[in-house]
Amino acid sequence: MTSFSRAIGAEFAKIGTTRMWWILAAVMFGYIALLAGGLSALFAGIESGAISPDAVGSGSQGLPSFGSLPPLIYSFASSIGYVFPVLLGALATTGEFRHQTLTPTFLANPRRGQVLGAKTIALFVMGAVLGVVALLASVGVGALVIGAFGLDPLLGESATWALIGRTVLAMAVWATIGVGLGVLVPSQVASIVIVLAFTQFVEPLLRFASLFTEVTQGIGNYLPGAASDALVGASFFTLAAPGGTAAAMLEWWQGGLVLLAYAIAATVIGYMVSWKRDVT
Amino acid sequence: MPDGAVIEFSNITKTFGTVTAVNDLSFTVEPGRVTGFLGPNGAGKTTTLRMLLGLVAPTSGTATIGGIRYRDLPRPLQTVGAALEAASFHPGRTARNHLAVYARAAGLPAARIDAVLHLVGLSAHGGQRVGGYSLGMRQRLGLAFTLLGDPGVLVLDEPINGLDPEGIKWIRGFLRAMADEGRTVLVSSHLLSEVQQSVDDVIIIATGALVHRGTLASLETEAAPRILVDSPDRTALAAALGHAGIEFSVGRTGLLAAAPDAALIGHVAFLAGVELSALHRERKGLEEAFLALVNGGGDTHGNETGNASGGESR
Ligand SMILES: Nc1ncnc2c1ncn2[C@@H]1O[C@H](COP(=O)(O)OP(=O)(O)OP(=O)(O)O)[C@@H](O)[C@H]1O
Ligand SMILES: [Mg+2]
Repeated sequence: MTSFSRAIGAEFAKIGTTRMWWILAAVMFGYIALLAGGLSALFAGIESGAISPDAVGSGSQGLPSFGSLPPLIYSFASSIGYVFPVLLGALATTGEFRHQTLTPTFLANPRRGQVLGAKTIALFVMGAVLGVVALLASVGVGALVIGAFGLDPLLGESATWALIGRTVLAMAVWATIGVGLGVLVPSQVASIVIVLAFTQFVEPLLRFASLFTEVTQGIGNYLPGAASDALVGASFFTLAAPGGTAAAMLEWWQGGLVLLAYAIAATVIGYMVSWKRDVT
Repeated sequence: MPDGAVIEFSNITKTFGTVTAVNDLSFTVEPGRVTGFLGPNGAGKTTTLRMLLGLVAPTSGTATIGGIRYRDLPRPLQTVGAALEAASFHPGRTARNHLAVYARAAGLPAARIDAVLHLVGLSAHGGQRVGGYSLGMRQRLGLAFTLLGDPGVLVLDEPINGLDPEGIKWIRGFLRAMADEGRTVLVSSHLLSEVQQSVDDVIIIATGALVHRGTLASLETEAAPRILVDSPDRTALAAALGHAGIEFSVGRTGLLAAAPDAALIGHVAFLAGVELSALHRERKGLEEAFLALVNGGGDTHGNETGNASGGESR
């Protein structure tokens, strides 16, 4: 075995020997299942006539046509769940600083770039695993509820399966963005605050604000969350655009490349500002 | 049997901002011997060892193991075992898993994990999370990590901290056994007394600079000689010493006289007609010599054994 493959094995062992990943997976599953199940029930209920539109307020003219509902629900896996792989990646990296495990890590493998590369690969895979768990919640629970109302959950559509595959990819890349953030901001508390503030507050606001003019909309497309939604191919924001015009998103592969660029930029800059520094 | 290798520091310097932690330090550490690396708090011991291990980049100079920098070693854990003062564990990981992570990284067989846990006396606690470990248990786990690759070179930063008397006795015997097998053993401490029973050579630094290097015995011969002398009539004895121009201090069990040998003191007392109840060489010379060296600071920096100043009694 080469030292690189051993390094990857060690990074997997680090994740597997602490409880963090499955705590995050469990919380994520519950959160997405609740939202996907609840919203599926609401929309499918209205669509099937089981719930009267008047019962949910100002009527259904703002609601999407039903055909776009299942993909919207399924995309919750990444559009809502992406914060979890980012946290996993950031915790895996900042934990090394916080618990001073960089010392034994670099003693066992002094090739620091190789260690960071191995961590990125391990987290990419773990991000994909979280993606599968998130899809079990969004597609699994969502399709069950939609089907229960006698509607078509669109599971036979190739577009649905493309969305599922690209969601796994998006979640994997998000985990590597977390690694990059962790080396960029090695303080664990600061990192967590940044992840939560940015994903839950700053970016949604920016994205919403950017929708009001065409120029800002073009820029807004390059925000990481927007790029992720473009990669996956469906998003709540495409429906919430003011005036009802669906915002023109990037192509899915463009979104993927933008997301990847964030991951690489954060990791490379982080490598220089913290990873290769003195370990004292 | 893994072979020891020579550790060599040449003109190594490290500055942190305006602080010079290590200043142009050069010395070698030989295999088959236990070398004590001594200096008071903040002297730069940890920084020096971290530079050797590639964790801290030297501002200038080099540190090598068998002529190779740590980061260029093809199999680092199998070559050098290091335990640094800071406990570096994820508290949620068990001891066995902690070792498993690094055994994986170094390509070591899993059998080594139980072997080293057994060696340091942690077999019964291998499945326990490290967060629940006592200080002494953490020290032992650090040592287990050190031994994982069965290395020929051991670098231990203050390994005795936090160990109970039994643990201290064990580690002394352990260091000796390792050196006798031909390994290189470098062990730091801020207390000479902590390691003097187990070291062959000493390297002493103060404020980042070398103040002494040589065998432990060489340090002993440098120690300023002091004679403990007592009399039923201490006042008369003190007067006699004062009259003869011999400096002394009052100790708990008698007077500590600064004199090269006991016969001189005996003669002074005899001439003054003072009866003596005790007369022998004081055995605390080593620690005193150490303190005198490190308090003298770096002014004798770079010298060889033999001309260190100090050692006067106070
Ligand atoms: N990361 C750092 N940033 C700034 N100064 C540092 C850093 N690490 C060490 N120093 C300084 O370098 C000097 C040497 O510290 P070092 O830890 O090497 O001493 P030491 O001999 O190991 O001391 P001790 O016996 O207390 O462990 C001290 O003045 C310390 O303040
Ligand atoms: Mg120290």
